[in-house]
Amino acid sequence: MQNLISVILSASFGYAVLRVTTPILFAALGAVVSDRAGVINIGLEGMMLTSAFTGVVVSALTGSAWLGLMAGVLAATGLALIMGYFSLKLKADIILAGIALNLLASGGTVFLLYVVAKDKGISSSLASKVMPQWQLPLIKELPVLGRILSNHNVITYIALVSALAVYYFLYRTPLGLRVRAVGENPHAAESVGVSVHRLQFIALAISGALAGFGGAHLSMGYVSWFSRDMTAGRGFIGLAAAALGGRTPFGALVASLFFGFADALSNYLQSLRIPSEFVQMIPYLATVVGLAIHARGRAKRRDGRVA
Amino acid sequence: MRRQVLFEVARTFLAITLALLLGFIITCLVSSEPVYAFRTFILGPFTSVLRFSSFIETVIPLIFTGLAVSMVFQASQFNIGAEGQFFLGGVAATMVGVALNLPPVIHALVALAGGAVAGGLGGYIPGVLKARWGTSELVSSLMLNYVFFRLGIYVINYHFRDPVAGAMVSHPLRQTSWLQQFLPPTRLHWGVLVAAMAVLFSFLFLYRTRWGYALRMTGLNRSFAGYSGINTASVIIYAQVVGGALAGLGGASELLGIHRRFLWQTMPGYGFDGIIIAILARNNPLLVPVAALFLGYLRTGADIMARMTDITSEMVMVIQAIMILLITAQAFLGHIKHRMVVREAKEHAKLN
Repeated sequence: MQNLISVILSASFGYAVLRVTTPILFAALGAVVSDRAGVINIGLEGMMLTSAFTGVVVSALTGSAWLGLMAGVLAATGLALIMGYFSLKLKADIILAGIALNLLASGGTVFLLYVVAKDKGISSSLASKVMPQWQLPLIKELPVLGRILSNHNVITYIALVSALAVYYFLYRTPLGLRVRAVGENPHAAESVGVSVHRLQFIALAISGALAGFGGAHLSMGYVSWFSRDMTAGRGFIGLAAAALGGRTPFGALVASLFFGFADALSNYLQSLRIPSEFVQMIPYLATVVGLAIHARGRAKRRDGRVA
Repeated sequence: MRRQVLFEVARTFLAITLALLLGFIITCLVSSEPVYAFRTFILGPFTSVLRFSSFIETVIPLIFTGLAVSMVFQASQFNIGAEGQFFLGGVAATMVGVALNLPPVIHALVALAGGAVAGGLGGYIPGVLKARWGTSELVSSLMLNYVFFRLGIYVINYHFRDPVAGAMVSHPLRQTSWLQQFLPPTRLHWGVLVAAMAVLFSFLFLYRTRWGYALRMTGLNRSFAGYSGINTASVIIYAQVVGGALAGLGGASELLGIHRRFLWQTMPGYGFDGIIIAILARNNPLLVPVAALFLGYLRTGADIMARMTDITSEMVMVIQAIMILLITAQAFLGHIKHRMVVREAKEHAKLN
């Protein structure tokens, strides 16, 4: 136990938490934006995977990690727009469309990986690039905090900035206000001349782009290769973090850190030969319990008003 | 009405054809022998007895999760939880199969029942949370998949793990608990019979009992069903429980009939397959085996193609994704349907 506490309090553990939180945070922010517009983005998982793959291939072809990142984000955004086209224009159930896109991404990336790298599991034969790590001036000099916060992959810093950006977008811009209005009550928004579909398309595109950054972090930062289904459910975890965080950017940030903390802790527990399954279970259970309490409160308020 | 059913059938076939056509185009783009590859994909499952039987084996678990998802979809509830319930069913069957010592047949039946109970409990949680407080069953069933997965892995790895085996697998199940394979050298097992009974049960339950009636009415319009005196909260709970039990039964059947020891270290994916099947079968239990056969056929064909040619089996996932998108897109051929409904309404008006 003593051992465990000293691990949790160490700077390297804090660093690891931020590192594993990065892709989850992007997914969670993507889920917040689309949820707020009233469209559930189940396809986050597939969008991340597509970006992770595209990033590796494009960075290997061009020799530039930044071009790879851009291509990954664009590919994920494109996938989000396809999902929008099928669900908003062609009236497919958005959840089923999302499941289809996840399937498309999971199969499509392995299929293409075999075409470009002649391997069905991993892209190690491609000379792909990774995004650089950044030393933060001043902050890196701080005693413990410096070691936690500095020297991360650029994409980790983009993630933290994105949380601020999503907050600013949703609460401080006219477009964000309209997005929230559409999610709150599409009919009311429509009646005052807001185009519901257009805004939902925009929200999905932003959601897809955020997922794209998260996917690129996995294959061009977290590790330096693409492997099949490497997102391993992080898109779904992002949905959970958004739900747990009350569908707000900062709530999602805190919830993502919580998921990241449990993830990092379970990695350490495994090395200490303690069953890590229960630790890994906690964030998911917490999400279910949190949702239930939230829904219970809402139900009580509603009943109270009727009575 | 009849014409609309025919239209839906035609629409489904067109979607399948388009998806396969796209698959063929992709094959042509990347393969050095596209025609041979695609022929292997389409005809492969029929080229030998073993291939054909492996095709039928693939179908058995798909039927269970297809039924599980259809049952819950009929109540207009979402179900992403079949995945975890299937897994949990396999864990429970392993526990019964390894730990208990019972006579043959009875042991297998108890193991199947254990799987069904475990799956049913897995469905109860999202059901009760939704019925009581309106918690989104979509998110809760999705989260519970991960909880059940970790729980199952913990139970197997820490209490039932076979230390002699080289991999992370459980002790072998006792022979008494096996669902016998009745047609060697194929691996066809009595799970086929269990699956057939599950189809029959689901059909009778949905269309010949008052519970099934209440379930379908709740699915069509929950408020209306509520005003008509149906306790829709309890309907939502038992729809999820019955669905979960069917999925759990599937997990048990797969372990007792094919693997005979627990070996899943990742979620096997049958729950998401169940969603595809429910969509293809329009949530009708009698059509679930047809849809499962179709999906199993595509899977087996793809596996054979991957072994014989330069195309990987994952192409079939792309085909499936296009199929789902086209079938669920209501506006796909929607204008034709619209015209048909209008014409029918006009004819009806003339008759009266």
